[in-house]
Amino acid sequence: MSSNKHTDTSAMLQEFAPQLNRPGTKSWIWMILLTILVLLGIYALIMQIAHGHIITGMRDNVVWGIYIVNFIFFMGVSYAGALIGGSLHLFRVKWRKPIIRIAELIAIIALLIGPLYILLCIGRLDRLPNLALFGRIQSPITWDVIAISTDIFGCIIFLYLSVLRDIALLRDYEGLNIAPWRKKLYRILALNYRGLPEQQERLKRATDIMAAMVIAIAIIVYSVLAWIFSVTLQPGWHSTIFGPYFVIAAVYSGTGVMIVIMYIYRKIYHLENYITQKHFVNIGVIMLVLAAFYGYFTFSEYLTKWYGSEKNDEILIKVLFDRYYWAFVISNYIGVLMPLIVIGFRRLRTIPIITITAVVVIIALWLNRYLIVVPTLESPYLPIQDNRTDWIHYTGTWVEWVLTLGGIAAFMLFFTLATRLVPVIHVSGEDEVSPLISVKNEKVPEE
Amino acid sequence: MSEKINKDNPGSSRRKFLKFGLISGAGAVAGGSLFPSCTDESGGETVKVLTTDGKIVEVPKASVKTSRQLIQESKQGIPGRKFVMVIDLAKCKNARKCVDKCQEGHHLPSHQEYMRVYLLQDSDKTAPYWFPKPCFHCDNPLCVSVCPVGATFKRSDGIVLVDNERCIGCKFCMTGCPYSARIFAWEHETVFETGVVYNPENSVPHREGTVSKCVFCADRLDEGKLPHCVIACPMGVIYFGDVNEDSVTNGDETVKFSELILKRSGYRYLESLGTRPNVYYLPPVNRQFPIERGFDGLDESIQERYKDTPYVKNRTTS
Repeated sequence: MSSNKHTDTSAMLQEFAPQLNRPGTKSWIWMILLTILVLLGIYALIMQIAHGHIITGMRDNVVWGIYIVNFIFFMGVSYAGALIGGSLHLFRVKWRKPIIRIAELIAIIALLIGPLYILLCIGRLDRLPNLALFGRIQSPITWDVIAISTDIFGCIIFLYLSVLRDIALLRDYEGLNIAPWRKKLYRILALNYRGLPEQQERLKRATDIMAAMVIAIAIIVYSVLAWIFSVTLQPGWHSTIFGPYFVIAAVYSGTGVMIVIMYIYRKIYHLENYITQKHFVNIGVIMLVLAAFYGYFTFSEYLTKWYGSEKNDEILIKVLFDRYYWAFVISNYIGVLMPLIVIGFRRLRTIPIITITAVVVIIALWLNRYLIVVPTLESPYLPIQDNRTDWIHYTGTWVEWVLTLGGIAAFMLFFTLATRLVPVIHVSGEDEVSPLISVKNEKVPEE
Repeated sequence: MSEKINKDNPGSSRRKFLKFGLISGAGAVAGGSLFPSCTDESGGETVKVLTTDGKIVEVPKASVKTSRQLIQESKQGIPGRKFVMVIDLAKCKNARKCVDKCQEGHHLPSHQEYMRVYLLQDSDKTAPYWFPKPCFHCDNPLCVSVCPVGATFKRSDGIVLVDNERCIGCKFCMTGCPYSARIFAWEHETVFETGVVYNPENSVPHREGTVSKCVFCADRLDEGKLPHCVIACPMGVIYFGDVNEDSVTNGDETVKFSELILKRSGYRYLESLGTRPNVYYLPPVNRQFPIERGFDGLDESIQERYKDTPYVKNRTTS
């Protein structure tokens, strides 16, 4: 039985080696395209620094706009990756192997991009060191700085532990057509892992601890992010359920991103044998449960505001159902009902339909954050009385949209690069006694 | 002027620094020409400072404090004081003199106001009223709580100030303030080029990418002067004083704070939020002007601000 597994490993390694080899023309075009989008984003950022925040749509009332929406969105996607990856590992879910790395990569890559968006909201980037020099623990921003940096460390360690075995395999695998620096990189990163029993035991223990920790950290970090909003007195933000609401919405949006990435890699790398309909349905079921929770939280949030109808809540509800009607419908009706229907009916559970649903969920959840941030800031306690329309209503400018696109491109670029460095699917088995030795043994007859 | 300094200290790195500072300072002089003949006779270094009247003067560097010292000192409140403002809504006719004087005194661009005048009407059938709104200098200020770097702080005399040299511009305080009291410098404005030594007590010069707000004219209080808005108001709407002394004055009459509040049923705006403001309002009873008078002589752009208010809408339909 054991030898059977080892054959699997070496066969998989052979199958996945081409993905890690020197990139082909299509690959290059794709990466260059993404790099151009990232560079455009950097150009927009330079313009913003040179001309001031006046070239964004943000003004004295809506002081945070699309940037903070993207911040919440990317952080949410990251926490979803951490929660799903950690849970799949910790509960030893049998079907996890082909998709767990996608979750882990989402966790860390989204986490590296998300915080950049909060930096874009900061008027004086040159004074960032003040956060460390004069940091005050009373401020939720300080909580966030501490929480996010902890999370970055946690997720990097978790990802590293989980790719360590594959890196060791790649170090010893001769069939790779890669640059020498990458071979060297594998050698360094493999930390002399030889699959010895005590190494395996240690690695397993460490991975288990980190899996549990990233779950806990993810929940805490995302709650802290929610508290940035709910500690203020703003009508749409001052809510006790924001912590759990944000956590649920985060994982929900993350399942959407996960399904889309599964679909793309399945198509491009022809992983039909690994990522099967079962995986789509299983993640889809998680999405369905979260859709129900998300709908429940959203309903609770707006029902209490509407039924009790304090003056400013009433104004906000009116704005949501008037100016933001369609965004509200997509975000809070379609975004809830579509997964319930699609996953709820067996006949609709096909890979394309589930993927389309996932795309809708991603859009709905982005809009959900927009509806939390912008309409609230447009409806302060003292009504906005201004003759400048851009001071009354927020609309994102090209700078903000280009930087949004740049962030998405950076996410895709990092994902592409990461899956060129390590296989997108776990190659090494989980329970093998000594995977490396066996791979070497089996390679001898081939040569 | 810059050449003169160069001759004084040739070759030092300090000189380069000075040169840069003075060139930009000289540019501001040429542009503004507020004080054409202010070179120091003795040939020593001079700096510009803002007087409590909002004028920029050039004085010998040795005679004034550096902005670092001023920032440090601005954190201490005036001992034994607890400042309070009372705004009599019955007397306000939106003359906007308080706004103009405040903008002038704090060298604000014309579109940025520390003091804003709202046209409010609490509900359909209640009375509309003009509502001048400075910073409330709350005793439980959320803006101070949420600041990640301690750039905004509360003093012992009740005043909340912003250190624009430390502010990172995250704008969290702006979302924290339920009264929209804070403004952000979204771009560099020519009025920021005063070249004066920065002082948080008058918040001049404002810096791009940072937050500022009404300072209760803390620099004027140091000299025993009333805030700009109090002095400027022709109707005597705004009273300013000290709770510990239990007296407030609008420049014409000085009254007991507690009696004024008792007699006129003074209240604080949005008391339910628990921010404990230090600005009190007297309800618009027995008003001295019809509400309509507030529109007299207003610029069109200012008129336009109120076009969506229930009062103006009802007025145009009926």
